[in-house]
Formats: sequence, structure tokens, C-alpha cells
Amino acid sequence: MTSTRKKLTEMARVIRSKNSGPFTLTLDILLQEPKDFYALREKNAFTPELIGGLYGIDPKMVQGIIYFEPAFAVKIVLPRPRPSGSPGDTDVYGAQQHAPLLDLDFQW
Amino acid sequence: MKFTILSPTAILGYGFPEGSFQRGLEFCPDLIAVDGGSSDPGPHYLGSGKSFTDRSGVKRDLRIILKAAIPQRIPVVIGTAGGSGARPHLDWTREILHEIAREEELPFTVAVVASDFDKEYLQERLNQGDFVPLEFDGSLNSQTLEETPWVVGQLGVESFLPALESGAQVILAGRAYDPAVFASLPISRGFDKALALHLGKILECAAIAASPGSGSDCALGVLYADSFELIPLNDERNFTTESVAAHSLYEKSDPFHLPGPGGTLDLENCRFRNLGRGRVEVRGTRYLPADSYTLKLEGARRVGYRTISIAGIRDPRMIADLDSILTKVQGRADMILEKEGVGGQVWFHAYGRDGVMGALEPLAKKTIPYEVGLVIDAVAPTQEEANTRCSVIRSTLLHYGYPGRISTAGNLAFPFSPSDLGAGEVYEFSVYHLLEVTKEDLPGLFPFVIETYGGTK
Repeated sequence: MTSTRKKLTEMARVIRSKNSGPFTLTLDILLQEPKDFYALREKNAFTPELIGGLYGIDPKMVQGIIYFEPAFAVKIVLPRPRPSGSPGDTDVYGAQQHAPLLDLDFQW
Repeated sequence: MKFTILSPTAILGYGFPEGSFQRGLEFCPDLIAVDGGSSDPGPHYLGSGKSFTDRSGVKRDLRIILKAAIPQRIPVVIGTAGGSGARPHLDWTREILHEIAREEELPFTVAVVASDFDKEYLQERLNQGDFVPLEFDGSLNSQTLEETPWVVGQLGVESFLPALESGAQVILAGRAYDPAVFASLPISRGFDKALALHLGKILECAAIAASPGSGSDCALGVLYADSFELIPLNDERNFTTESVAAHSLYEKSDPFHLPGPGGTLDLENCRFRNLGRGRVEVRGTRYLPADSYTLKLEGARRVGYRTISIAGIRDPRMIADLDSILTKVQGRADMILEKEGVGGQVWFHAYGRDGVMGALEPLAKKTIPYEVGLVIDAVAPTQEEANTRCSVIRSTLLHYGYPGRISTAGNLAFPFSPSDLGAGEVYEFSVYHLLEVTKEDLPGLFPFVIETYGGTK
């Protein structure tokens, strides 16, 4: 059996980040094909360890990873390093924190 | 049995094509409802009492809405007035409404529901340990509460109902739970609470839930006994099951469960169906009443003043060693500033490296950029101290002789003269808590006032 790798950017139609309130960051991955959504869910592809590694944070800090079937989407919830707009914050809307996800690929 | 809601735009002031609005009116809406704000633009607006929305934009949107709604006797509900919904934001919107009524010779009545809390009441509840922090362990105490000029509570359906029963043509509300702005009137007419709130949750963003999405276009929702339908009002966009379902994710931590005052919307058994012609039907939403009635409180307080300086760095030796240079420069500057008794703190935003993601940036240590855009960000208790702190850091960094330096004339490329810009007041969210109240307390906490706008004809 040969195994290949499949890029997340080839499977997703949306990869985005946004505030969920001033203290929380949420990452949304919307899959193009239902079969990719089911396969990723089946593999438990998104783990706190994976996300922690991508963002350089303790996996325990990852607050949630939710597979949302109605939209064939995966949601990841992280605490913001600083509250939105507080001194030292870098992204008031939290809309540019998605880039590390773009490099992901999975064993297929 | 049906109830039709026209949502003109995602946030009042963002604008909408008049063609879409006219098409919406052809459906004979029972309600025109619009969300006036968000906490997304950060704490500055709630804390300073200013709106993040543009005054002329808000006036244009309201003029179009009122000129159609008042003669046709369509109720208008506006939530989170003035961007943040505190007293000054409400007054700002009231003034705009007065101007429109006068200029258009359009008399109407407005029920104003303020969402501000009485400070004494809050201090008492804080002393009793009743504040439940949301998503962060804030250091809220009596003093930081006192330093927070306005604390607003997100109004739920229960706080809209008395104002709606008054018969006023326009309801102008302070900070509101967005779905309640849309759902309160149909709920008062006997429609299902879960479906009405879920529809409100989608319509508060108007056409954002369509495909392609837009924050400045209208959308229509029709509520039935056991379902609701979303209808696009512009040939350029459609609702699809995916676009509607995906919207449940937007800005939310848990797409299945959306908590609000008095209960939670449960989307676990929700079903979305394409009806064709860009329309989508939704059914199966449930409402899980909570054991207690909790309000979400928001407040922001001033933590200082900001001065910034923007500079480019192109020297590869300096860029390679940037962190240690910045640390040493900061140390030198601190010695000078401490002696002078200048307070505050400085942050460096190194664009091209980790300016966007800060501590979360995985590439910061792996790649060396050829150019860095540096923002020196000084925050201090007074504007003068922020100016001084920024100035000392900037001048020290400009001429700092770091090890291996080959360019001895200056380390920074300034695009502007003057190089330092005063950026004014800096705020932080100081209150972001849940507070339990009883439904019986609500009318006393958030009473409404009827006001008459325009001439008496």
C-alpha cells in the first residue's frame, strides 16, 4: 500500500482566524468535499499537540477542536496571547492568525 | 402564519444597495431590524464613548430605512446603537434620528432602551462576589470598576418586549444580544423562540451569510411555525446550505451551542435545505432555557496614552541581531526614563518578522527577513510621558552602536517627519463578565423611555 500526503490547502475552501470575543481566537477550516471532512474527522487529524506545535504553545492551552458537520468544518479555539486592543496586542480583530495552518498536510 | 424580517446591513453605517432594500420592501416586511455595533474593533470605542462607525454613513442608512418604514408603518428595531451601545453611543444615535426627523419632516416615536448599569448597583454586586469572569481571569476590583466609565449589559428578548408593546415606531436599544434585535417582535407574536433567535443570529450579519458574502448588502428572513427561510435580495448572491451552516461558526467558540441571556440555542439537530433560487430553509433548532438569567457585561477603561514611531530597517547585520539590540536599547532608555520619573512601557512590532503574530509566529526564529518595518509603541500614564518614552527609545535606537555595525550614520529609515505620532488614549476591556439577575429585575435595570422626534403634524 502506498501512502501519499494531501495538502490542507487543496482540501479547504476557507481557512481563517477571527476573535470569538476579546479574549479568544477561533480558527475555522471549511472543507470543500464532505469526504475530506469525514476522513479528517475519522483520522482525528487535528489534535491539541498538532496545533500546539504549529503555534508554539502548550497543547493544554488549546481550548477546543470541534468537527462541525453541517458546514463540513473544523473549528479550533485558542486563548489570545493578549486581549483584543490591549497594549501589546498585534491583531485587534484576530483575522491574520491562520497562516501556520496553510502549510499543513496529512498522510492519506 | 409567517413573519418577514428585512435586515438592511451587517452594521448600521456600513451601507447597502438601495435596489436590494427596495426588493426587500416588496416582500412587505413585518420588521426592519439592524445591528448597530460590535465589540470587534477593540476596547477603545466602548471606553471612550465614541462610535467606530462613520456618522454620515449611519445617517444615510437610517434615512433610507426610516423614509420607507415610517410611512408604511413597519416597526424598526436598532440594537447596539452607536457601535458599542453605552449612553454616549445612544445619545449620538438619538441626535442623528432627530436630524433626520427634522430634515425629512418625518415625525415618529422612539422607545429608547438604555443598557448601562448603575455603578452603585454593580459595586454592590461585585462586593458580593456575583461577577463571573468570561474566558479570562480578569483582575476586576472595585477600583478598576470605578475606572470603567460605562458598563453595558447585553439586552435580551425580555428587555425589548415592554418597549415593543409601547407601540413606538422605532426601538433604539443600547448594547444588545444581536439575535434579540431581530427575534423579540416575532417572539411577542407567538413565533418559536429557537427559530426566531437562530434567524436573528444569521440576519444580524445581513448578507454575510450568503455566498458571496457581503457586510454591506440586505438579506430577508421569513419565519414560519416550524422553520425559517433565508432569501437573497441581490442577484449577485445566493444563500446555500453551506454558506448558512458556515455562518454558525463565525466568531463563535462552539458552533452547536450559542449561549445568550436566559438560555442557549442548540443547533445539534438543525437541518439546512436548499430551496432553489438562492433560498435556504432551516429547521430543527432548539432552545435550552438556563436555570438562571445571566447578562453578559462589557466595559473598558483607559490604561494610558500612546505615542508611536514607524521606521524601516534594511541592514542585514542589524536585522539578524534585532532582538538583542532592542533589549539593550530598551535597557539604556529605561535608565534615562527612570531617572526622569517617566512611566509607561514600550512594545516593538517588527513587521516582516513577527509583527502580525507575535509570540504565536512559528517562523520568527527560522527565517531572517531582508527588511523589517518597526513600530515603536509607547504607552504611558500621560501623553507627555508616552511622547518622551517614544522619543528616547527612537533616538537611542537610531544611533545605537551594536556589535558589528558597519553603517555608522543611523540605524532607522523614517518615512515621516515628524517621526513620532501621538495616538491618544489607550483602553483595555476591564469588564467581560456574566451577572445573574432575575427576570423581575430587568424592567428596573433597563427601563425604556418614549421620545417624540420631528414636528407634530
